[in-house]
Amino acid sequence: MSTKTHLELTGVDIDFPTPSGPFKALSNVNLKIKRGEFVSLIGHSGCGKSTVLNIVAGLYQATKGGVLLDGKEVNEPGPERAVVFQNHSLLPWLSAYENVELAVKQVFKNSKTKAEMKEWIEHNLHLVHMDHAMHKRPDEISGGMKQRVGIARALAMEPTVMLMDEPFGALDALTRAHLQDSLMEIQADLNNTVIMITHDVDEAVLLSDRIVMMTNGPAATVGEILDVKLERPRHRLELADDPEYNHYRAAVLSFLYEKQRKPDEAAGQPEKNEKKAKSNNPAQKVLNTKQQDAEQRGEEAA
Amino acid sequence: MSSMALKLLKPLGFPDKLNLASLIKALVVPMSGILIFLFIWNIGARNIHTSLGEFPGPAQVYEQSKNLLNEHNRERQKEADFYQRQDDRNAKKLAKNPDAEIKIRSYTGKATFIDQIGTSLVTVLAGFFAASLIAIPAGIVIGLNKTLYSAFNPVIQLFKPVSPLAWLPLVTMVVSAVYVSDDPMFAKSFVTSLITVSLCCLWPTLLNTAVGVSTISSDLNNVSKVLRLSWLTHVIKIVIPSAIPMIFTGLRLSLGIAWMVLIAAEMLAQNPGLGKFVWDEFQNGSSNSLGRIMVAVIVIGLIGFMLDRIMLMLQKKVSWDKSQELR
Repeated sequence: MSTKTHLELTGVDIDFPTPSGPFKALSNVNLKIKRGEFVSLIGHSGCGKSTVLNIVAGLYQATKGGVLLDGKEVNEPGPERAVVFQNHSLLPWLSAYENVELAVKQVFKNSKTKAEMKEWIEHNLHLVHMDHAMHKRPDEISGGMKQRVGIARALAMEPTVMLMDEPFGALDALTRAHLQDSLMEIQADLNNTVIMITHDVDEAVLLSDRIVMMTNGPAATVGEILDVKLERPRHRLELADDPEYNHYRAAVLSFLYEKQRKPDEAAGQPEKNEKKAKSNNPAQKVLNTKQQDAEQRGEEAA
Repeated sequence: MSSMALKLLKPLGFPDKLNLASLIKALVVPMSGILIFLFIWNIGARNIHTSLGEFPGPAQVYEQSKNLLNEHNRERQKEADFYQRQDDRNAKKLAKNPDAEIKIRSYTGKATFIDQIGTSLVTVLAGFFAASLIAIPAGIVIGLNKTLYSAFNPVIQLFKPVSPLAWLPLVTMVVSAVYVSDDPMFAKSFVTSLITVSLCCLWPTLLNTAVGVSTISSDLNNVSKVLRLSWLTHVIKIVIPSAIPMIFTGLRLSLGIAWMVLIAAEMLAQNPGLGKFVWDEFQNGSSNSLGRIMVAVIVIGLIGFMLDRIMLMLQKKVSWDKSQELR
C-alpha cells in the first residue's frame, strides 16, 4: 500500500433540481484514498452514500468540487472505475460467461486475443467460484451467484478502483458471509482499491481499512473516519470475541445511533421497534427495509 | 400421441403431458364450445330470411367449401388443358414449317378462392414486413430520445386511429401517379394494398417498440455507461434485447390489424384477394353467395388465428424471459 493519494474527492457538492428549487444532497465532501485501500461508506438511508459513489463512478456530476483519480479529473463513467451494482444488473438474456464477456470484449478489444479473452473471462469467474455455472443465465442461478457474477464482471475490467454499491444488501445473512469471505480473498490477491457502500456495521469493520461515516442528509458530508487496524487475514469467528474488533464496532454504532440518530427513529415508529425487539444485539440493528428483508431471510435460513 | 404432434399442438394451449383430466380440459371443453356455437348458428340461420334465401347454416357452408375446392381443381385442370393444347398446336406448326412464328399466351382464367387466399397472404405479409422494417428502427430511435418522442407522439396519436378506408383513395391516387413503369415488377393493386396495410399496421409496433426502449432499467443503462459502449453496441447489446418482449407485443397487434385492414382494402379497391372474393360474391347474388361468403369469413378467421400463433411461436423462441407466460 503506497502512501501517495490515489483517489481524491475535494469539496464535492451536489444539487439535484426539484420543483421547489435545488436540493443539496452533499455538501463539501472531502476524502483521500490510497492505492489498494478498502474503504467503506456507512450512514443512514438517504444520506447520500450512493450519490458519492455515483460521482466517483462518473454517473453523476458534482455541482462544486470534483474527483481526481491518479491526478486526472473524473467526469464520465469508465471501466477503470468498475461498479458492482446492488441488484447485480446482469443482462438477463446473457449467460454468466457472456455477461463477463461483454465487459472483457469492450475493455480489451485491442489488447487481448480471443484465446486470451476466454482465459481471462474464465479466470475471473473462477475467482468468484462460479466456474461450475458459468453458462447459466441469471434467472437460473441464486441471488448470491448473480452477485458473484456481477463482481467477476467488475474485476474483469481490471479497474483501478472498484466501486460497490451495497453489493450484499439484498442477500441473506449466510450468503452474505460467504461472499464477504470471497471478497477478502480476492482483495488479498489483487490488492484493488475498493469503495464499498454498506448498511452493515459488521461487514464494514470486517472488510475495511477505513470506515467513512456520513452525517444525515440533506447536505450530508463526511462525519468521522475510523481507521480499522485489525490484522489481515481476518476471520469472522476469531474476531467475534476480539476486544479490538468490538471496540471498532462500538465506535461505528455510537456514531450511527447517538451522534447521527435519525429524528424519526427517536420518535419511535411502531414497526421499527418491532424489528428491534426481535434482535437484542445492537450490531444486528437494521437500518433500512432492504436489509430487514435480507435479515429475515437469514434468520429463516439459520 | 407422438411427441411431434404434441409439439405442434402446444401453441394451441395443449399441455405437455396428456392425462385424462388435461385431455378433457384441452380437447373436450373447447370442442363443446364449438358445438354450442354451431348449434346456435344453425337455429339462428333457419330463422333469418334474406332476398337471397335462407341464411346459410353450417351444412350449407360445408357444402360450399367443397364446391369452392372443386371449382379450384377444375380451374387448374382447365389451365393445364389450355397449355397442353397450345403446346400441341405449336408443335404441329413447327413440324410443318420450322420457321413458323409461334405464339405463347398465358392462361387468363378467373382467380379461384384458393388463388385469392394466396394473394391476400402474400400481400399481408409484404405489407406487415414493410411496416415492421420502418416501425422497429423508428421506434428505437424515438424511444431512446425523449425530445424526439415528444415531437412525434402527437403525429403518431393522430394517425393511429385512422381507418384504412380513409387512406385508400389517397394511396390509390398517389400510386397511380408515382408508380409508373412499362414493365412493373408488382401490380399497382398490390402496391396500393401493401401501402394501405403498412400505413395502418405501423403504429402498434412503433409505439410498443418506443415504450419498450424507453423503459429499459436504469441499471442496465449504467452498465452500458460504465463499459463505455458505443451507441450502436448499446443498441444491439442492451436496447434491442431489453425491448424484445414489447416489440413482439407490438408486432402481434400489428399483424392482426394488417390482416383486418387488408380484407377491407381489397373489398373497397377491388384489388385481388379475399376481400374481392367477398365483394364479387355479394354482387353476384346467387342463392349460393351467402354460403360462399360465410366460407370466406371462416377462412379469414382461421388465417388470422394462424398468423397470430406463428408470431407467438416466434416470440417464445426469441424471448429470454422464460418465466413470462405468453399467450
